[in-house]
Amino acid sequence: MVTRRWLVETAGAGVALAGSGLDLTLFAANAAGVAMSPGVPAGLDGAAAMAALPGKKPLIKLSYRPPNYESPLEYFDTPITPNDRFYVRYHLSDIPSIDAQTYKIAVGGEGVNGQTVITFDELKEFPAYEVVAVNQCSGNRRGLSKPHVAGVQWGYGAMGCARWKGARLKDLLDKVGLKKEAIEIAFNGADGPAFDKTPDFIKSLPVWKAIDESTLVAYGMNGEPLPHFNGYPARLIVPGWTGTYWMKHLVSINALTQPQGGFWMNPAYRIPVGKFPIVARFITQESATTTPITEMVVNSLITSHVDGARVKIGKITVRGLAWDGGYGIRTVEASTDGGQTWAAATLGDDLGRYGFRIWSFVFTAKPGKNTVTINATNKIGQTQTAALLFNSAGYHNNVMQSVTMNAA
Amino acid sequence: MRVVAFAMIAAFAGAGAAAAFAGERPVELKPGPGLDKVEGNCGACHSLDYIPMNSPFLNAAGWNAEVTKMIEAFGAPIDDADAKAIVDYLAENYGT
Repeated sequence: MVTRRWLVETAGAGVALAGSGLDLTLFAANAAGVAMSPGVPAGLDGAAAMAALPGKKPLIKLSYRPPNYESPLEYFDTPITPNDRFYVRYHLSDIPSIDAQTYKIAVGGEGVNGQTVITFDELKEFPAYEVVAVNQCSGNRRGLSKPHVAGVQWGYGAMGCARWKGARLKDLLDKVGLKKEAIEIAFNGADGPAFDKTPDFIKSLPVWKAIDESTLVAYGMNGEPLPHFNGYPARLIVPGWTGTYWMKHLVSINALTQPQGGFWMNPAYRIPVGKFPIVARFITQESATTTPITEMVVNSLITSHVDGARVKIGKITVRGLAWDGGYGIRTVEASTDGGQTWAAATLGDDLGRYGFRIWSFVFTAKPGKNTVTINATNKIGQTQTAALLFNSAGYHNNVMQSVTMNAA
Repeated sequence: MRVVAFAMIAAFAGAGAAAAFAGERPVELKPGPGLDKVEGNCGACHSLDYIPMNSPFLNAAGWNAEVTKMIEAFGAPIDDADAKAIVDYLAENYGT
């Protein structure tokens, strides 16, 4: 059976969903004026549109249902991404609106000594912690893969950075007592498939990452409640790791003594063993050939200029962001001679090792074409790659970005 | 807990089994044999913008792999005849 629990727009008029805070009257789609990331598939040109989900500014709509919307470049001009500009990514399209008054998180499983149910009010009574952290979709920049690979064809904008506030997951687990036999903690959200045969989106973390002091069950985002489309009323925050683990609309936490199965753990969200310089391992899920994607690779984005930008001859300030899997950014370097020589960019405010680090670089533009290439290095010495490390899912694209400006 | 609004689906041309999502606009695909199967089957679980988005870099084998994934991994109830019509349509209209 195809379920009919969609959020549906009635013809012509929006529907206000009582108690949900959603107002479906606010949306606009306009195929014109979409600034796509260079290199995405040709077919995306006609499919993408600027569109505003309820509670959101216009984002680049890649798919309506499930909703996959990326942030355009101009939304990355600050190291904290405002909530209404933050990207939206779902796997499944039955997305309920949730009343925080009746919302509960069930905590249990074979790997804990008891079980409990935590209400939204109880969640907020746990000691509260804050962390500034980047949430980046595993497939960010998939659309730039050469050759192209199937999936949502993200450009640069399937990411954002927020100040998250919530309870430590460890404190929730301590309430029921984690057994030493526990190997993984599994998570489910309130969203589900449109069709009951489709695998529900369930993800797990290794215990060591789940009980890390920075792993939170967050109910605050930049000083406000989470937007509906970013996981209201509470979601998992897994700093350093890709967005697939950041379960939205979190409703169950299960401690496991056996590895979590299911499509979304394997074959989905896998990278080839040994392909990437990854420190954080998820050993209970590893196979001989593939391993779950874990931490983000070091990366950067030029936010001040796009390819083909027209600038004046003389001093130009190039600005952007850098981030990694939580080791922190050590340097950002820029080259204006195709990588022969490099000069250090100036790093901006440090919001913490999991956040976006802003940087700026000043150079003197000569008449004609000026190409600036950026390379970030993290505090354990990892750098971006010169060539794509191709993989069939299009993950971990951290190829150094170049922007060519025309100076006159 | 769940407050859901139901709406007339007929407004979304051709997509008989599909319901619309917040802000969803109809996605017009190229006319051709098999389009009705694409709208009726694929559109039941996801919006049809996934198709042009993944083009034109998938060839017939690539589209066949995608349709097979939808049936085998995602449980889509598509019979063999419809699956073939869908792959043929996609390869012809959105293939390399």
